[in-house]
Amino acid sequence: MQKIANILKKQITSTIIAIIFGFIVAAIILAATGYSPADAFTAMFEGIFSRPKYISNVIIKSTPIILTGLSVAFAFKTGLFNMGAEGQYIMSSVFATIVGIKLDLPPVLQIPMVILAGVFAGAVYGAVVGYLKARFGIHEVITSIMLNWVALYFSNFIVSLKTFHQPNSTATFTVNESSFTTILHKWKVSPEGIAWLKEHPTIMDVLLKTDVNIGIIVAIIMVIVISILLNRTTKGYELKAVGFNKDAAEFAGINVKKNILHSMIIAGAIAGLAGALSVTGVQPHRISTMAAFENYGFNGLSVALIAANSPIGCLFAGLLFAGLLYGGQSIQSTIGAPSEVINIMIGTIVFFVALTRIVPVLADKLAKRGEKHAH
Amino acid sequence: MKKKLLALLMAVVMVTSLTACSSKKSTGDSDKTKTEATEAPASDDTASKSDFVVSMITDTGGVNDQSFNQSAWEGLQELNKSTGAKVSYIESKQETDYTTNLDKCVDDGSNLVWGIGFSMADALKTAASTNPDVSYAIVDNSYGDQTPSNVTGVMFRAQEPSFIVGYIAGKTTTTGKVGFVGGISSDLIDQFEYGYKAGVDYAANELGKKITVDAQYAESFSDAAKGKAIANKMFSDGCDIVFHAAGGVGVGVIEAAKEANKFAIGVDRDQAYLAPKNVLTSALKLVGTAVKLVSEKAAKGEQIGGQTFTFGLTEDAVGIPDKNPNMDPAVYEAAMKVQQSIKDGTIVPPSNKDTYKEFGKTLSK
Repeated sequence: MQKIANILKKQITSTIIAIIFGFIVAAIILAATGYSPADAFTAMFEGIFSRPKYISNVIIKSTPIILTGLSVAFAFKTGLFNMGAEGQYIMSSVFATIVGIKLDLPPVLQIPMVILAGVFAGAVYGAVVGYLKARFGIHEVITSIMLNWVALYFSNFIVSLKTFHQPNSTATFTVNESSFTTILHKWKVSPEGIAWLKEHPTIMDVLLKTDVNIGIIVAIIMVIVISILLNRTTKGYELKAVGFNKDAAEFAGINVKKNILHSMIIAGAIAGLAGALSVTGVQPHRISTMAAFENYGFNGLSVALIAANSPIGCLFAGLLFAGLLYGGQSIQSTIGAPSEVINIMIGTIVFFVALTRIVPVLADKLAKRGEKHAH
Repeated sequence: MKKKLLALLMAVVMVTSLTACSSKKSTGDSDKTKTEATEAPASDDTASKSDFVVSMITDTGGVNDQSFNQSAWEGLQELNKSTGAKVSYIESKQETDYTTNLDKCVDDGSNLVWGIGFSMADALKTAASTNPDVSYAIVDNSYGDQTPSNVTGVMFRAQEPSFIVGYIAGKTTTTGKVGFVGGISSDLIDQFEYGYKAGVDYAANELGKKITVDAQYAESFSDAAKGKAIANKMFSDGCDIVFHAAGGVGVGVIEAAKEANKFAIGVDRDQAYLAPKNVLTSALKLVGTAVKLVSEKAAKGEQIGGQTFTFGLTEDAVGIPDKNPNMDPAVYEAAMKVQQSIKDGTIVPPSNKDTYKEFGKTLSK
């Protein structure tokens, strides 16, 4: 009994159980709507793994949500719900775009400038939430949700300004090419580049047809940095202590207000990094008028949930989530199931993963009952 | 324990609220999708005489956007029924999806890939250059002289239906003041605005009175609340008919007409279902018809690349609905006469500010 309870208590076990359950429910839904689940899942996995460029696309698409997921997970570890990753992402992409359009330096200077502009915007936007929480005790969920909308409309406002608006479009100009973080973006479309790539079809598939960029490397570095910060440093200990128990932390001489503010600044900066890297790394390298949220931040919430707020977990959860989103699209084109079914499927998986928190609770009960019987 | 339960509760609430948010856009149309989806594979079996594969990429509006994405998909489904060509779509969730989606269709064996909407213009050009063996086509965009040999542009003479509805508005107004609500200013929306204005002027000239047009832009294609606010202002300023060319903003315009019990004029598709008593007519721009026509040409093996097709009244790709219960039959008759003169070229509706000015000169005689 104790053994099963221990295995069940492991986060990874319950996550895997949840993913399996998600697929089972999705299969039932697919079957009920008249599509073969086997075909659908085959189409999906082929859409992820059958070609190198698909894998490349999944990795590219996972980059922003790994980072927004990391932002949410980090805030959660310090006792805050960062519902505002979406807004921080948007603010960052806005400022990265502004700087990217207005500034044209050599890439060595331009790229850091553009990314820093984005990170700074995200951090400031996170700081607003942190300050309101620390100074006035306003709940961060409320303020960050409200600020998401402010960011959305601010972004639309910037797009509509004459200086940035590209005529006959719903978007801004693209940022100057010197700010692109796409790997070999100039060489790969040059005649020599194409000639070389033609001899190496696999590399061509990946390099020419997808926006391979440095984003994922940055994301991995950030995951490691945040892990170390949380687990190996005094600052991380303070941040976590505030999250565990504010009063105890204060009693132990930790400045609670300062730590809440710092936590939101860091979370905002990470979400901001996601926005800036998207503008510099992937086409169309600009921002557009938005009718609704593009869900980078909200998908980050799901990623953090799947990862159970572990920074390392965010990396894998981000890849899983991006795989589902990207591979899911193949289901429509291959077997003709409406894309709504795919959305339901993804939703179910996330839902079950969220429910995994039941598993350790159940395991606890199981263990306790075992103890009772033993006495 | 308590904390864990709380966390669990929060998690569940969060996820449910998330799914609630993201499912918003498909409500009210799920029945339709179902029938569409079940129809598609069925007709595949019965009419699989063609092995031509056509796919389309929606813009971020999604396939059930009540507008051009949906219309394009309906066009492809008709194509599937009439020729047996295999059709499919991929929805774009984010702008960054365009390039990858346009590229992915190629692996599914598509012969022709449609990009729906001018927001995809750059992405489509990139995809076309990396996949030279596949034909690409784009709705609402023309690359002019720079059209690559495997790309086809599809444009509409939206000024033609706009002229007709403008004429109808001019004939119907009792206050001598009508309105126009645009989305985001661009050459595309100019076609609607100046076509409409010219139509109103034409009617005013015929009636021998002065009718003013109040034009405003919402700087959005989605903000229905803003559309409603603008239309409300127009109605209270004395306009009795407001035409919109503003996508989702127009839903608000029509709602305002309903509340003020005045008239709105719909766009793209017959929007009478939104307010049966208060939609005077609609300026149709049938993306589906154009998508179908161009796809058929491609399926027959005709060379469609490297050029831009422009669709108008003569191709039956634009116009007004056959049934307009709120319109005076005499006005409808007159409008049909105007439609005929546009078709045979006696009237050339203006599509931008300059041609509108010239059009004005011809009227004053």
